[in-house]
Amino acid sequence: MELICPAGTPAALHDAVAAGADAIYCGFNDETNARNFPGLNFSREEMRESIAHAHRYGCSVLVAINTFARAGNVELWQRAVDDAVDAEADAVILADVGVMDYCARTHPQQRLHVSVQAAAANADSIRFYVDSFNAKRVVLPRVLSVQEIAAITKEVKCETEVFIFGGLCVMEEGRCSLSSYATGKSPNMDGVCSPAGAIQYREEKGALVSRLGEFTINKFAKGEAAAYPTLCKGRYQTDEGCGYLFEDPASLDATTMLPELRAAGVAALKIEGRQRGRAYIERVVKTFKDVLSALDDGRPLPVDALRGLSEGQSNTTGAYKKTWR
Amino acid sequence: MSVSNSSVSRMPAPLALATRVLPLLPLQVLLGICLREIRSRHPRIFDRLGSHTGKRYGLAPSDLPIAFVLEPRRMNPRVTVVRTLPANIDARIAGPLSALIGMTDGSYDGDALFFSRDIEIDGDMEAVVALRNAIDDSRVDFLKESVAWFGPLAAPIERILRSLVGAPATQREEFGVEGGGRSWN
Repeated sequence: MELICPAGTPAALHDAVAAGADAIYCGFNDETNARNFPGLNFSREEMRESIAHAHRYGCSVLVAINTFARAGNVELWQRAVDDAVDAEADAVILADVGVMDYCARTHPQQRLHVSVQAAAANADSIRFYVDSFNAKRVVLPRVLSVQEIAAITKEVKCETEVFIFGGLCVMEEGRCSLSSYATGKSPNMDGVCSPAGAIQYREEKGALVSRLGEFTINKFAKGEAAAYPTLCKGRYQTDEGCGYLFEDPASLDATTMLPELRAAGVAALKIEGRQRGRAYIERVVKTFKDVLSALDDGRPLPVDALRGLSEGQSNTTGAYKKTWR
Repeated sequence: MSVSNSSVSRMPAPLALATRVLPLLPLQVLLGICLREIRSRHPRIFDRLGSHTGKRYGLAPSDLPIAFVLEPRRMNPRVTVVRTLPANIDARIAGPLSALIGMTDGSYDGDALFFSRDIEIDGDMEAVVALRNAIDDSRVDFLKESVAWFGPLAAPIERILRSLVGAPATQREEFGVEGGGRSWN
């Protein structure tokens, strides 16, 4: 199985290459990608140089153009596709059917992957992308159990890719409007969930209070692990008490599920975290390289090695193992 | 979800106490020289900061009785050493000195330090995120570059400083790996 690693900057990409990534995904520094954060991402020149660097070491680069094109300004997304092709990207990762159509018609030789943002969660929808746009791979949304992934992978003609580590959200991939509701900006249209400009932190007698727009998201007691200030991971006061209404703040860690994912026929394993620093990239990539080696050699898989890097310092196997059913 | 044991080192208390009585001016002069070096060696930092080059950042080592005001202006970057951070800063980043230095050289991941409560951030979060990303991309090794002008003595001085501060040694260079991956196109 191929290991797909994130990179938010050229330096992170270089570190991911050095750590042994098979492929790296990254995006341009605008709203065409779903990690449109201040100071992050690649200029056109940086993208060309970074892809050339990765190719020198046999590493592929996938360019994420995975937000939804805005009416009246689709040229921005089309230009991103043109520039990714021009920079010799090994694949473009797309979510918007209009952008996919443009790519398939304008650059028929370009390898096209369906982004997790497209929320293609069943064989019929994946067949649509394969038949209509010649998609070669689909990144499956994080709503599926391993058994469902196996069934889909068996049924479709393209490769499947799944997330194995990193931030999780409420599994409304490409459809979530919580951030839009709170801040007017969303990952789907603006490339940013819970934009930094809408976040406030303050100390209250040793507790950390996080706010997003007009909403208090959480209050972490002294000594309690913190989490991102997203509405989906907010802890709310209700008539029933105080708790996490949508989901606990925890990162996905599917290490223990890797044998089953391999048996399911999954082609590629993806690490989330283009917004994270080089220390994260290097450690997570090296850890999963070791894990995959152990898997190949039949050795026990090292587990829980990355908890310190996880949101809320807590991990979950998410929907892969639906223990709540 | 209590915080697991932190791996971040704290400055030894006697050293921190000594800083309380040290004059700040020499340190400020040294940091000014270092900042100018960083400006000339890492111009891309300012591109990534964009409009945030005009911001005032308060950097507060929680294990030292001093703090720093960083103004990363493209033409004339400035750092001021203070006993207490002034009110007129745009953003504040606080934590053990080793964590603050480790975030600059890529030893520590800023998000992980936030999750573990090793660092505190407040104020203009766009400015904080832009600074974090700009520095992470630049590969600034703050300690190494601070002592570079000592010439042949730089390496031993750096080792001493690292052990005092508790900052991990960095061996990050521009490099790649041999083979391994496959290409589609």
